[in-house]
Amino acid sequence: MPENRSIDPASVDALKKAKAENIETVWDRYDAMQPQCGFGELGICCRICNMGPCRIDPFGEGPQEGVCGANADTIVARNLARMIAAGAAAHSDHGRDVANTLILAAEGKTDAYKVKDIQKLRRIAEEYGINTSGKDDSKIALEVGKAALVEFGQQEGELKFAKRAPQKRQELWRKLGIMPRGIDREIVEMMHRTTMGVDNDYKNIIGQGMRTSLTDGWGGSMIATELQDILFGSPKPIRANVNMGNLREDEVNIIVHGHEPTLSDVVVAASRDPELLELAKKYGAKGINLGGICCTASEILMRHGIPVTGNFLQQELAVITGAVDLMMVDVQCIMPSLSNITKCYHTKLVTTSPKCKIPNVTHVEFHEEKAYETAKEILRMGIENFKNRKKNAIQIPSNTKGFIAGFTAETAFNILGGRYRSTYRPLNDAIISGRLRGAAGVVGCCNPNIKHDWAHLTMIKELIKNDVLVVTTGCSAIAAAKVGLLDPEEGKRFAGRGLQEICEAVGIPPVLHLGSCVDNSRILIVLSNVVKEGGLGDDLSDLPVAGAAPEWMSEKAVAIGFYVVASGVFTIFGTPQPVLGSKNVTRYLCDDLEKIVGGKYAFEADPVKAARLMIEHMNKKRAALKLAPVMYEEGSLKKEKVAISA
Amino acid sequence: MSKIVATAAIRGANKIAKECEAFLNKAIKEKGKNQKVEFPETAFYLPMAYALLGAEVKTLGDMIPILEHVKGLLHEEPSEKLWLPYLGDALDSGVATLLAEEIIVALRYLYGQEPQPDCIGFFTDTILRTLGIQLVDGRMPGFAAILGAAKDNKTAVEIVREFQKRNILCFVGSSSNGKSIIDQLKEENVNMGWENYIVPYGRDTITGIYPLHWAIRGALTFGGHKKGEALKCLKYCKKRIFAFGLTLGPIDDVKYATGAGAINMGFPIIADTDIPEIRPTGICTYEHLVKQLDYKKIVSTCIEIRGVKVKVSEIPIPVAYSAAFEGERVRREQMYAQFGGKYSTAFEYVRTKGLNEVEDNKIEVIGPDIDSIPEGGAAPLGILVEVAGRKMQKDFEPILERQVHSFLNEAMGLFHMGQRNMCWMRVSKDAFKKGLRLRHFGVILHARLHDTFGAIVDKAQVTIYTKQEDVDKVMKEALKAYNERDERLAGMTDESVDTFYSCTLCQSFAPNHLCIVKPERLGLCGAYTWLDARASFELNPTGPNQPIKKGEVLDPERGEWKGVNDFVYMRSNKTLEKFHGYSIMTYPETSCGCFECIIAILPEANGFMIVNREYAGMTPCGMKFSTLAGSVGGGAQTPGFMGVGRLYIVSHKFIAADGGLKRLVWMPKELKEALGDKLKKRCQEEGMPDLIDKIADETVATTSEELLAHLKKVKHPVMEMAPVM
Repeated sequence: MPENRSIDPASVDALKKAKAENIETVWDRYDAMQPQCGFGELGICCRICNMGPCRIDPFGEGPQEGVCGANADTIVARNLARMIAAGAAAHSDHGRDVANTLILAAEGKTDAYKVKDIQKLRRIAEEYGINTSGKDDSKIALEVGKAALVEFGQQEGELKFAKRAPQKRQELWRKLGIMPRGIDREIVEMMHRTTMGVDNDYKNIIGQGMRTSLTDGWGGSMIATELQDILFGSPKPIRANVNMGNLREDEVNIIVHGHEPTLSDVVVAASRDPELLELAKKYGAKGINLGGICCTASEILMRHGIPVTGNFLQQELAVITGAVDLMMVDVQCIMPSLSNITKCYHTKLVTTSPKCKIPNVTHVEFHEEKAYETAKEILRMGIENFKNRKKNAIQIPSNTKGFIAGFTAETAFNILGGRYRSTYRPLNDAIISGRLRGAAGVVGCCNPNIKHDWAHLTMIKELIKNDVLVVTTGCSAIAAAKVGLLDPEEGKRFAGRGLQEICEAVGIPPVLHLGSCVDNSRILIVLSNVVKEGGLGDDLSDLPVAGAAPEWMSEKAVAIGFYVVASGVFTIFGTPQPVLGSKNVTRYLCDDLEKIVGGKYAFEADPVKAARLMIEHMNKKRAALKLAPVMYEEGSLKKEKVAISA
Repeated sequence: MSKIVATAAIRGANKIAKECEAFLNKAIKEKGKNQKVEFPETAFYLPMAYALLGAEVKTLGDMIPILEHVKGLLHEEPSEKLWLPYLGDALDSGVATLLAEEIIVALRYLYGQEPQPDCIGFFTDTILRTLGIQLVDGRMPGFAAILGAAKDNKTAVEIVREFQKRNILCFVGSSSNGKSIIDQLKEENVNMGWENYIVPYGRDTITGIYPLHWAIRGALTFGGHKKGEALKCLKYCKKRIFAFGLTLGPIDDVKYATGAGAINMGFPIIADTDIPEIRPTGICTYEHLVKQLDYKKIVSTCIEIRGVKVKVSEIPIPVAYSAAFEGERVRREQMYAQFGGKYSTAFEYVRTKGLNEVEDNKIEVIGPDIDSIPEGGAAPLGILVEVAGRKMQKDFEPILERQVHSFLNEAMGLFHMGQRNMCWMRVSKDAFKKGLRLRHFGVILHARLHDTFGAIVDKAQVTIYTKQEDVDKVMKEALKAYNERDERLAGMTDESVDTFYSCTLCQSFAPNHLCIVKPERLGLCGAYTWLDARASFELNPTGPNQPIKKGEVLDPERGEWKGVNDFVYMRSNKTLEKFHGYSIMTYPETSCGCFECIIAILPEANGFMIVNREYAGMTPCGMKFSTLAGSVGGGAQTPGFMGVGRLYIVSHKFIAADGGLKRLVWMPKELKEALGDKLKKRCQEEGMPDLIDKIADETVATTSEELLAHLKKVKHPVMEMAPVM
């Protein structure tokens, strides 16, 4: 039943159409995959060497060790660590590409890019210890780009951006030996240590896992975010529309999908090229309509207000509307199934990254040097495809919603204090006074193993009802946007009274969109700024905050989860990470880690229960900080709390 | 910021900016870009623009970039649906409003439209410095800027009286529904003016800039912040200046916009109308915008919202009591009875007794009370205060006694002048009718001595004599004590003590400044003598007055001691290496901003001039006091320029290393007269009784040329002295 798969009416409509047209989607394949492999779910199968594959009997009757002698603890920890390494690699490789683009722009080898945020360039240059006096912007950009690349190849020392964390946190990382040295180095070492016959101590493995994850959050992701701001402009609060209702019947619909803004940002410019607009008219279209899916969407949304067509689980559905003339993809979260589905419609699928090709799919390789030409070439293909639309196969859902995005760690200063009193003080005061209980980051993917968008929205609503300010990124943000939670007027209705007062005072929605999934690094900076502003302890782990990925699916989510936990923040994953096959590893993640790094995990699939755990955690942190009680404690919560514990 | 409020503030800012632009264009068209513009008696040009932007606006042309900046701060009103965050925009609009309003009032000055009738208009730097001290010593816990008009005259009067009672300075002005509180108070014959703590600034909201850019000067003068250090200046206001806005009547866009500007400075707004509140905190210390519809509670709401620290000592007397009444005079026609002056014998005397000899709170009136004096008559009066305390010392007596003046004066309808056996008191008919009697004099003194000197005074009793023979008898003892004190003070030299005292009271505003208080050089504010500093140390051993062992004498001529140098280095946060206590030319002592006078070198005259704060005219160095003050303060050592207390002029150590009194070539007449006999005596001691006449004043010279001619004519000693530089 489509209604059981998503709570988004637009998605349900598209699913109904898919069913009628006999199109197989991610949900169908998910169903066909049931029952999924129990060993895989528990993390206890190992195929690292050719003595295997091995698997541990979770019931204790069969083998408890692999052929080499590795037990469940080792196997689970190694598998998990490799997920971290893969996730960190994905974000970091993204960051590396942005650094390369910055260098090319600085060297004048491409005219599609130039430094858009000079102030930030200079600020980052200073952070990198680059002397900027007397140098022009391109020289500084070149040095910043190169300095960023050094972070990847660096063998000794510490990542520069790790110094943005509160002093106490940095000292803790050093003490624990998990302060990251270089991005590539930690990922390589992670792979080394988890190969056959190396690291067998699950605590040691997870230690390096945390170090690897930190190269993501305070390294690759942060570099991606910061250098993108320099190249494409730092986001400012901006209005936009979301959902598939943004597809146009009378315009050429181009979907950009994936994670990197490098090409799509140029596509935005090219879509306004008079030559192409003319061409579109020639083909009977009124214009060129861009839309985005996944984090590429978030990137061009944050900087240009380009409409968001949908999140991860909507990539196939967008095609199924029959209205997408071309879908252009870069990297990450791109379902191979798109190849087959697009063939069922007129949609042209184009891969653009040398890192991401799909058999039998047109590949127009993107190189920065000729970015604008490439963008135009791809758009032209889309325009020319407009005539191939099958009119009777087009069914665009009507659903669309306005929302606000464009919040960053930097804009917060001005949003809260204006230019003259730019400050985080009102945010800190709001928490200290108890108008806000705390803040939560609800982020991450969507996954057919849980009703699409439902866990995100249920959790977010429960949190804001209890005066928790929510920040969100990626597919979670798109989910929240679709139901009006990112609309200051509509969103406020779901918020508790204290949060409402803050929203009214500042003019913000109760849920703030901070960008793509590499932009989770923005959350780390926000939290560090809050600590710096004062009055809420001296480490990230002192703050009444929590994180959650209620519908996670990607290895990137695991990397993010770990860098958030290693930064001292309590984090909830909806479905468990594949660790339950080892009691020791599970206990280590969900309990012991708190005493070591201040943060820990909980796995809770029920989004309301998960939200309550986050709230309890915030209450605990508030008590430790000796803060005033929450100003407007809901009577219902008190009652329900009793019910839960009973 | 509620959306309604933000929208109004943003709209108001746009309106004011437009008005400002039109006015400026008109002025430039009519008078040209080079037309000079200035506020009277300030060294800060357009103070808000100076503090926030570092701009020195001297001409109409200089206003153009300020206006451009204002325009850059303007924003669109939040949209009806799907609005973008507006708090920051509204705050920006507030700053834009203040800068634009400042330009407008400056232009009005140019056109002679300010100050408005009955209004003060621009507040001068002199006012800033004198009232700044009151802010420091807590006599003035804060100020209220009242905008609009109360629902009726009676309420208007009640509100300002409530503030007065708490010593909160009220700036009154603006209008609502065509009526201004200024006129409401005027109609009720309320005395307005600085001395009454009720200051009318103007009848429109634009003039609300006066109290605000007066406050921002506090950050520059006392905070030591530099021009253009916007955030520091604004935060200084938030932290140190306990001001708030009170709107009476409906709030229009311009009031909201001006209020948003005030909020940038940390000054919250309290309204008497039903407006949307902004309770979350962050820019101000507490709530930003709050309503209070009950007039009885409005003043206490203001105090609570701003966090004003008011010490209301509830003194059980039948009349109101507060520092606001200190400047109040009782005129002959209002007077019921008087004591002292030229009308009868009177004295006040504080002496120390043993703990078992004093009965606390014993107040005795010996002789007939005010009732038996016929209306308009006079009677003898002797006030004997006897105090005891484990830490009480004889040296403290004069300090306590000196406070009798302000203690008694602060009662409404009780007027006090002078000191010792030269005091003069009047009781008004009103006060008498309300039941004020001599016993209450004792009640006041007892309460205030405990309140103010609780650290040293454990017990206090007051005896009030009204029979002539008693007064004469006790006064003999008092006179003996007065003489002893004078001798002790007069006989005291820097050499006769081994310890000086520091005064770092002003480090809260000038972080590297400190005074070295010596027997022959009092603190530059004139309020702290060596005895006072010593007493203060006794009162508060960890306070701002710390003993400094002089240590090795490094240079007796220039007044340099090793112990002093070490202390100076440490307590100036390692910015000053040494002090020469008797020289203005080498390592002069620094100034915070509170100095009574400024000494300035006149190289062409081979001497120095000295100008006191009260003198507003031009001086031979080409600068007025206010301009000079700007270059002297902030804790920096500037050879040739120095802030000093008045009495230092008649000290034997007055710039002794640079030639002493003989180097003095110019001083305002008023200062010369105020120093009177003391100055004459010093001239005699210098062996030149006619020196006093050789020192020029403004009646002789206000320019360098006039001064030189005078010096030549009178053969001033500087003509033959060694070159000063």
